[in-house]
Amino acid sequence: MTRRVTLFLYLLFLMLPLYWLVNLSFKGNMEIMTTMTLLPQQPTLKNYAYIFNSPEWLGGLLFSLGYVALNTIISLSVALPAAYAFSRYRFLGDKHLFFWLLSNRMAPAAVFALPYFNIYSAVGLFDSIWAVALAHCIFNVPLAVWILEGFMSGVPREIDETAFLDGYSLPSFFVRVFVPLIASGIGVAAFFCFMFSWVELLLARTLTNNRAISAIMTQAISATGIDWGLLAAAGVLTSIPGALVIWFVRNHIARGFALGRV
Amino acid sequence: MQKSIDNRAWFLVAPVFMLVAFNAILPLMTVVNYSFQDTFSNNQFFWNGAQWYVELLDPRSELGERFYGSLGRSLAFSAIILAIEVPLGMMVALAMPKRGAALAVCLMMMALPLLLPWNVVGIIWQLFARDNIGLFGWTVNAIGIPFNYTNSAISSWVVIVLMDVWHWTSLIALLCFAGLRAIPDAYYQAAKIDGASRMLVFLRIELPKLQRVLTIGILLRFMDSFMIYTEPFIVTGGGPGNYTTMLSINLVKIALGQFDLGKAGAMSIVYTLITLSVCWVFYTIITMREEKEGAA
Amino acid sequence: MAQIQLENLAHSYLVNPTKPWQWALKPMNMTWRQGGAYALLGPSGCGKTTLLNVISGLVTPSHGRILFDGRDVSRIPTEARNIAQVFQFPVVYDTMTVADNLAFPLQNRGVSKDIVAARVSQVGHMLGLEPIMNRRARGLTADLKQKVSLGRGLVRSDVGAILFDEPLTVIDPHLKWQLRAQIRRVHAETDVTMIYVTHDQTEALTFADSVVVMYQGEVVQIGTPQELFDRPAHTFVGYFIGSPGMNVLPARIEGDRAHIGSHVLQLTKGIAATPPDAKVEIGIRPEYLRVERSGPGLPVRVRRVDDIGRIKIVHCELDGLPIAAVAGEDAEIPADHVVLVPEPSQIHVYCNSHRVE
Repeated sequence: MTRRVTLFLYLLFLMLPLYWLVNLSFKGNMEIMTTMTLLPQQPTLKNYAYIFNSPEWLGGLLFSLGYVALNTIISLSVALPAAYAFSRYRFLGDKHLFFWLLSNRMAPAAVFALPYFNIYSAVGLFDSIWAVALAHCIFNVPLAVWILEGFMSGVPREIDETAFLDGYSLPSFFVRVFVPLIASGIGVAAFFCFMFSWVELLLARTLTNNRAISAIMTQAISATGIDWGLLAAAGVLTSIPGALVIWFVRNHIARGFALGRV
Repeated sequence: MQKSIDNRAWFLVAPVFMLVAFNAILPLMTVVNYSFQDTFSNNQFFWNGAQWYVELLDPRSELGERFYGSLGRSLAFSAIILAIEVPLGMMVALAMPKRGAALAVCLMMMALPLLLPWNVVGIIWQLFARDNIGLFGWTVNAIGIPFNYTNSAISSWVVIVLMDVWHWTSLIALLCFAGLRAIPDAYYQAAKIDGASRMLVFLRIELPKLQRVLTIGILLRFMDSFMIYTEPFIVTGGGPGNYTTMLSINLVKIALGQFDLGKAGAMSIVYTLITLSVCWVFYTIITMREEKEGAA
Repeated sequence: MAQIQLENLAHSYLVNPTKPWQWALKPMNMTWRQGGAYALLGPSGCGKTTLLNVISGLVTPSHGRILFDGRDVSRIPTEARNIAQVFQFPVVYDTMTVADNLAFPLQNRGVSKDIVAARVSQVGHMLGLEPIMNRRARGLTADLKQKVSLGRGLVRSDVGAILFDEPLTVIDPHLKWQLRAQIRRVHAETDVTMIYVTHDQTEALTFADSVVVMYQGEVVQIGTPQELFDRPAHTFVGYFIGSPGMNVLPARIEGDRAHIGSHVLQLTKGIAATPPDAKVEIGIRPEYLRVERSGPGLPVRVRRVDDIGRIKIVHCELDGLPIAAVAGEDAEIPADHVVLVPEPSQIHVYCNSHRVE
């Protein structure tokens, strides 16, 4: 019985701030500043309308989605061959290389803010999706290599050897035989790359002139102070990709846990 | 798996190596460079020796004071949130349904905070905890406890701790949940036959089997909370004063706010060394434990 | 001490089962003698683990009762019955030493420290665990862990029955016989009822005084290993016990003669008429079919001869039906056609798979 109560209280704790966010997004700023109500007295869509009608905000959303997608593609493309190498071969310095890669995942972003600012300006990529996409690789590539290596090690080497005996070259074996076998691993890696790139703020803001949606949101300041309603609506909108992802993988999450594998 | 020795594998690893090296080694070299030099602006650099480091590590200097202050706050923050999130996460994992639609709903609700952009997390808690427009802030004041995170040190810490607990406890809970599902039923059946109480089942069966996931969870949470930037920055901006100025916030202020390249460089190097050592310690613990279990 | 009685016991996972296949355990009446060594033998899915769990209390039967020494325990939880169970995968408390593992069940029941220490050392001695008493349970090999599990069952002086659920599954083959012998020794020294679930007939036949054969949720025969071999009460028992298994052929019975196709076999006595739509078969073990070059008997075509050392197994074909016979190691088997002569007293008649007397 105490279990159910604990769980219920915890889920309530999780949902309350989210509910408040949605609540405020449907209120005008005036109402927010002057009253405290659980539901909007004068519900309005004007916050959302502003965002959808503002090229700046929409541009920001697209910009963010752009660098996230780009980063996922780049990270996966370089991680796949590297993970294969770690899984199948021993080579000079392999253990140290692996540890070094993982340690980058743990590196403080703050340390890189300033040097990235200088470096990416120097190569002329400042304020482009490429800058953010490449910068996020420092976290996502090690993560992708780690995840993919785990899945690849679950595929026996005999499959590779059989394919080579059958005359496949390494690239065609990889694309036609191997990738379908680790499809779920690629899915997991892509999911995490997407997630970490989407949520990261510091580097995204440092490397752009406030083009990322997260940066634009900090500009929700009007003459009367911060426009809370607008901010709330923006918060709701940028939460939707995360919610959608969860919805689509809901069966896999439950099944994965039911199988008892960490 | 039998791995063959082949140094040509470096070709497969080359793209990753170059990409990460560009993103990691190059900046670090720049930072090291800055840390040993001084500039009077306009890109004119003068060799400064180890002066910045001396100043940084001297608690009496202004830089040193800020550094140690923010270091202490980061450590305190990590300690507090670990003390809350680990037990809470475990309790939630033990309370979660084991299968079915109830489990799916639970998982969806718990995963949501994990997938929000970190600035949105900050915004959510700004909106929630302010004393004038936030449900939480307003309610706490209404029941008589003074609460205003913009001018009270305690209030600001309460908010950032609550925010982190809200944001990340689900991660620990999900890791523990997966670990619990991996325990075969036979253990619980044997414990029944042995007449073990619920507490003993937890201490003697569940907790030992959760060691591995808990270590991973603690490592991840410690590192991420120690290096936290976005969420507290959005809610409190490091304030009031510098009460919530964590190490990262301090560094970014010096580096990008003041453009004090030398100081920023030295602080970055020391910061990185600290995180690397902690990472190495955990890594050693994990591999040592796996060796012990493998030999068993 | 426990005499275990099953009274009209049955189990289904559905609320209102109507078809036979909806029963995990079909209704059965049985008494397990106190102090007996029983094996529950059957293929995967036959219900033996379900039956074991009903006895131990991990499953509450949906129909019928189970009695311990006359007391109805059907609804009583596991920890209140005086049973212990050894599982397929060794279950030990990793963080505790072997001695603590053995002491655990007694400590949970509030037994005084002196008695605990005495019982622990007694059981440790019985199972040969003395050298490792202070070792952490985590690092032990599988067979030692199973001994510790067994020990946890033996420490409790109130234990009347120990249930084994395929305990040798994860043990190395060369240690299996050792552990099996140990279990037998323990059984001889104590007066505990032991019920041993397995799908391996060798394990069952060497361990038990009495074997309970199960098939599709039903107990098809209870008997000593010899009885199961000589007089199988069900075609499944005939097929499962013995290597190679019994030959089963469809037949038509008239009085004391069995007609298999166009061939006639003489039975030792007349069989009562069988219902017209029943499935009638005769069974005879390969050991009781003599291989002759010619003469009266069943003419068969030889398909294959397996020479396995002490005997030869002759696989033949009678009108398209497979039939096997056993011949001595020096016998010469013609390559094409032989005649199989059955021993009349060993021909069993089965109606709907059950033996007819």
